Amino acid sequence: MGRQETAAPAIELRGISKAFGPVQANKDISIKVAKGTIHGIIGENGAGKSTLMSILYGFYKADSGEILINGIPTAIPDSQAAISAGIGMVFQHFKLVENFTVLENIVLGAEDGSLLKPSLAKARKLLKQLSEEYELRVDPDARIENLSVGHQQRVEILKALYRKADILILDEPTGVLTPDEADHLFRILKGLKDEGKTIILITHKLREIMEVTDTVSVMRRGEMTATVKTSETSPEDLAERMVGRKVLLRVDKKPANPGRNVLEIKNLRVVDDKGVERVKGIDLTVRAGEIVGIAGVAGNGQSELLEVLGGYAKATGSVKLNGVELDLTGKHSDGKSRREKGIAHVPEDRHSEGLILDFQAWENVAFGYQDDPRYNRNAILMDNAAILKDTQEKMERFDVRPPNPRLAAKSFSGGNQQKIVLAREIERNPDLLLVGQPTRGVDIGAIEFIHQQIVALRDQGKAILLVSVELEEILGLADRIAVMFDGHIMGERLPHQTNEKELGLLMAGVNEGAA
Amino acid sequence: MKKMPKWADVLLIPAINLSLAFLISGLVIWAIGKDPWVAIKTMVQGSFGDSRGLGYTLYYTTNFIFTGLAVAVASHARLFNIGGEGQATVGGLGVALVCLAVPWPHWTLALPAAILGGALFGAAWAAIPAYLQAKRGSHIVITTIMFNFIAAALLGYLLVNVLKEPGNMAAETRSFPPGAHLPTFHEMLAPFGIDFNKNAPANISFLVALLCLIGFYVLIWKTRLGYAIRAFGQSESAAVYAGISPVKITIIAMLISGGLAGLMAINNVMGEAERLILNSVEGAGFIGIAVALMGRNHPVGVFLAALLFGFLYQGGAELALWESIPRELIVVIQGLVILLTGALDNMVRAPLEKLFLSFGKGEA
Repeated sequence: MGRQETAAPAIELRGISKAFGPVQANKDISIKVAKGTIHGIIGENGAGKSTLMSILYGFYKADSGEILINGIPTAIPDSQAAISAGIGMVFQHFKLVENFTVLENIVLGAEDGSLLKPSLAKARKLLKQLSEEYELRVDPDARIENLSVGHQQRVEILKALYRKADILILDEPTGVLTPDEADHLFRILKGLKDEGKTIILITHKLREIMEVTDTVSVMRRGEMTATVKTSETSPEDLAERMVGRKVLLRVDKKPANPGRNVLEIKNLRVVDDKGVERVKGIDLTVRAGEIVGIAGVAGNGQSELLEVLGGYAKATGSVKLNGVELDLTGKHSDGKSRREKGIAHVPEDRHSEGLILDFQAWENVAFGYQDDPRYNRNAILMDNAAILKDTQEKMERFDVRPPNPRLAAKSFSGGNQQKIVLAREIERNPDLLLVGQPTRGVDIGAIEFIHQQIVALRDQGKAILLVSVELEEILGLADRIAVMFDGHIMGERLPHQTNEKELGLLMAGVNEGAA
Repeated sequence: MKKMPKWADVLLIPAINLSLAFLISGLVIWAIGKDPWVAIKTMVQGSFGDSRGLGYTLYYTTNFIFTGLAVAVASHARLFNIGGEGQATVGGLGVALVCLAVPWPHWTLALPAAILGGALFGAAWAAIPAYLQAKRGSHIVITTIMFNFIAAALLGYLLVNVLKEPGNMAAETRSFPPGAHLPTFHEMLAPFGIDFNKNAPANISFLVALLCLIGFYVLIWKTRLGYAIRAFGQSESAAVYAGISPVKITIIAMLISGGLAGLMAINNVMGEAERLILNSVEGAGFIGIAVALMGRNHPVGVFLAALLFGFLYQGGAELALWESIPRELIVVIQGLVILLTGALDNMVRAPLEKLFLSFGKGEA
């Protein structure tokens, strides 16, 4: 509270280093974050952003270096210490108890005594005050499981504020938000800033950095390569600093030249295990030589659509591939039959579906194609040598690093893992390629390569169905855009005739054109 | 992040764990007023010192290889088969029926038939829990445990009411025909001029067990089925994506597992008792869990772990016989081995890993 400290930065890191075994996750990092500012930290996956923030929040202990909070050297051995130093953290994956109410979650771990009632009453009062001050409106008695992700995030922020956080760290906060919700979040953050709070925003999205931060630090390979005023930089400049070379942010592609209908979906409905209808009667066509992008906030039926087309969820309605009806319920509705028919699938979640992380790269290259005669000696024995050789070649063509087929999948970076999946699926020469979140958790350098590969496949006259929650990616890559909301397709747009705002409204279920 | 070298992972850690287990066992023996040094000497001499002891050790080892592999196969599909005991019991029934049904002229004919009988019966006993798991989601751990009790009860009923020879006081079948007698190590090694102890129960089943170890390796790492089993075990959602049917793999993996457990009966029923008696499995099904755990579901590991437990069984029996150390103490030692190599594995692993990493930094 002392007035004389206002000149000192809210946070100052001096020479922070942290190694995990031989891997240097943070190398001699020093930054100053001024009080009452929003400071962005941007960098590719594995650049060391999360490690740095974990050190600040007491999850890891730095090997060397110093942390100063408001100019005072502070040891942060655990998260309790971080909280009492006034640091609050909003994680990418929320840490909320699903079946507790908002109030209960906020109080959890910060109760005043052994009786709950006084704490809850106090929290309720504070909540009312905060929600008026910063547009942080949530129903205090709603259960977390009934709240949208945007609201859940607000609860996380409120949790931090309840613990009297002056410094708020947000880790990839917009990954699960619609553009509209993201804008709302940014308004909240600006409001907090005006109240004198200090905010650190970790993200890989350049647009957010440009929009909301005052200063930005770029991290690359464990080092802080630059700290600049946001007003004095540009997205291109930041991208170059992140990757270390010039990067093409726009997808470079010729206009599409669509041919015959490859995929025709009519009145497709999907009911999940719990009996909830996830896809509510959609019609969609994908033609040869075009990329159709499905935009939408995660959880609006896109995943189920991909699962049905990939052969591992049951559905009703009609799906035709090259004019032939696909089996949606019977024994030919499995991944194997779909592959035989010419559908390749880069799944949304490469960790739980696309790859087996403990398998070596070569075993993953055979994954899904384990019955291919080229990979088998006879009916029983697999031809491991042939798979190894094929993997080696694929790794070279797709520039997978390191090109070692015997390395476990989990040892590759996200981008290289995705390249392995992509190599496996694209090189099957499919008629239809399903691609879910192709660049989730993938570094910028690899994004460029992956986009090029998808466009190249399109230019060979293949049909591509792309599902992504990254609106920028959809706008850049797709030749036609369909927006999904609550199991419906809200509308189709052409990328050059629409913009993020219009798509954002459709993603939120508002269809002005249809009204 | 770098990991510690493989040799430390597969050799050093088990060695340290084992030494700790024996150290604590020694303390326990010392605490009840016996000399630990004499105890360990008696155990080693009694199990490896002469061909009689070795014959017993290898006989037990054979049992544990079969049950260990049974657990390991299921483990690769991330199924925890605790039903080895019951599957081996029912496998014994299969072997006995095969041996008794036909007046076998020679063991070379009887053995393949008994292998088939034991494996089929064992597999059949695993089939029901497998089906319930695959189709109904009934947890395999619960169902296989229950099936152990059912198997014991079933065998008791059959031996007392159906298979017992009239006039026999014991609940056992009549002895198998001489043509179903399996060559013991004594008979097998005599032509080579080696005089192996006559009474030791080790028999040709040991070689069958070794073949199963090799077969296991080929199955898991060289075949398409093994690939599917491992993929399913690592990630069910990924397996489904790849078009591998969870139902099919669950059932097949459990059938193989039950078959391997059932195979054990060629050793204890056909090779040793030469008739079907009550409780001939003697807990080998449960030891198989420890063996697979210690052996990291790898055939080489399973072999070494089975040998270790064979030694503990035989050495323990000697200890009880000569040193008036109660048999229960052997169970304590076995328990300590399982505790330290299985459950407390991380106690040694974590600090050791740290040690290696801090050394590794200099090299890298």
